Amino acid sequence: MPVIYILWLRQMVRYLRTRSRIVGAIGQPILFLLALGYGVGSVYKKAGEGNYLEFLVPGIIMQTILFSGVFWGMQILFDKRFGFLKEMLVAPVSRFKILWGNALGGATISLIQGIFVFIVSLVLGFRPYNWLLIPLSLLVMIALALALTSFGAAIASMVEDFQGFQSINNFLIFPLFFLSSALYPLTNVPPVLKFLASINPLSYAVDLLRYTMIYQHHFNLALDVVVLLATLAVTSIFAVNRFNRIQI
Amino acid sequence: MPKSIIQAENVVKVYPGDITAVNDISFDVKAGEIFAFLGPNGAGKSTTIKMLTTMLRPSSGKLLLNGHNVMTDQDAARKSFGIVFQDPSLEEELTAYENMRLHAVLYGIPKTQQDDRIKELMELVELWERKDSLVRTYSGGMRRRLEIARGLLHHPKILFLDEPTLGLDTQTRNVLWKYVQKLSKTEGMTIFFTTHYLDEAEDVAERIAIIDHGTIVASGTTAELTKSTGTKDLEEAYLSLTGETLRDETSNANNGLNMRTATMNKMRG
Repeated sequence: MPVIYILWLRQMVRYLRTRSRIVGAIGQPILFLLALGYGVGSVYKKAGEGNYLEFLVPGIIMQTILFSGVFWGMQILFDKRFGFLKEMLVAPVSRFKILWGNALGGATISLIQGIFVFIVSLVLGFRPYNWLLIPLSLLVMIALALALTSFGAAIASMVEDFQGFQSINNFLIFPLFFLSSALYPLTNVPPVLKFLASINPLSYAVDLLRYTMIYQHHFNLALDVVVLLATLAVTSIFAVNRFNRIQI
Repeated sequence: MPKSIIQAENVVKVYPGDITAVNDISFDVKAGEIFAFLGPNGAGKSTTIKMLTTMLRPSSGKLLLNGHNVMTDQDAARKSFGIVFQDPSLEEELTAYENMRLHAVLYGIPKTQQDDRIKELMELVELWERKDSLVRTYSGGMRRRLEIARGLLHHPKILFLDEPTLGLDTQTRNVLWKYVQKLSKTEGMTIFFTTHYLDEAEDVAERIAIIDHGTIVASGTTAELTKSTGTKDLEEAYLSLTGETLRDETSNANNGLNMRTATMNKMRG
């Protein structure tokens, strides 16, 4: 336990010491909220779909957790390149603990960022449907943060350099975000898009988040929960499996 | 006769693609000895150190550290050594003290002893005054000293030093070897080091092994090596054993430099 705690603490200390990164990581989602929420909002309303900002907030919270979760999971790649991973790997502790100390730190950070975006959205005029459901939103965010940090950690264990990291951002993370139900309702989109979004596990997480925040959903709620938990299970196993294979 | 503290028996490492990095090496290091492991680039030095320090699994053979098998009794083997890696391995965004504390926790040093032990070692390497500075602000020499202090924190029986003086100025190098010799003398610690500076090996090492093309080509004291090769000093003996040709190291060295060059190229491109 002290081992997991100290590794978690290290991630938190790193996070709090790099204020520029905090601002950078929160800036993008806020830009999305402002530009899309207000920019597209009026058209959305004219199309008879209701309040776009309301629809968008859960999607942007998911985006925040996605980007920051994968990024902080990727901390392992930085540790690999800058050498600190060796220090951890030759210590008399299991790799499992090393992985989870770091991943829990990453997940906590992305959760904090997600909560921060939620608070900003309140300032921008967002109101949840029912405050009593917000603890459930938090649970969804925790599960999502854990899954995505594990995913990031697994990928970081596999790639060797920062070019690899960039490609993953461009070819995996952005598509996962744009081809989900984060930005648009799936009811009237072309079949291809609808298909892609429906095989994207993140769509189900957003759906669940949207249900707990604004009482709207697209998929079956039980299916949402199952997909979210299955994603968490698969990404965790993936992370453990890949991390155990690191050789330096 | 002192007991062996590092034992390697018929150790082989074959990388994927049938590249044999280490080909059936055996050696013994006695407790309390200062042992130099020399060889050209790509000869198998790093692979051997990685296997000894549990970072890499040997393809076959047996490695014992302080009597613990590095494969089957990993945690006990890990507790018996401290290591200063060839490349930096500190967490730059933490202070020196925080780096030390993290190490103390990883190695299960009891909480009540942590502070005293950290202070003692940071004073030994003369960094206590700077304990609350971020490692990012440390010079190369200070980092090395901190890495040595960190490697000693958990009272290891063996200290591995992988090219510890690379890129350090003469003053720091002298100070570093002075510490190391003191440790060996006062604590009876076994020192296993690699270096490309043969004068260092000649000055400090009590026994030397030379590895080339994955096999150990010679071992013994400097006197024995020069005598058997009919040469004047260690450098000549080394060259007569390993030849004068240049080696290309197939390296995926994890130094931050590769990464920095890569990002710089990218920024330019």
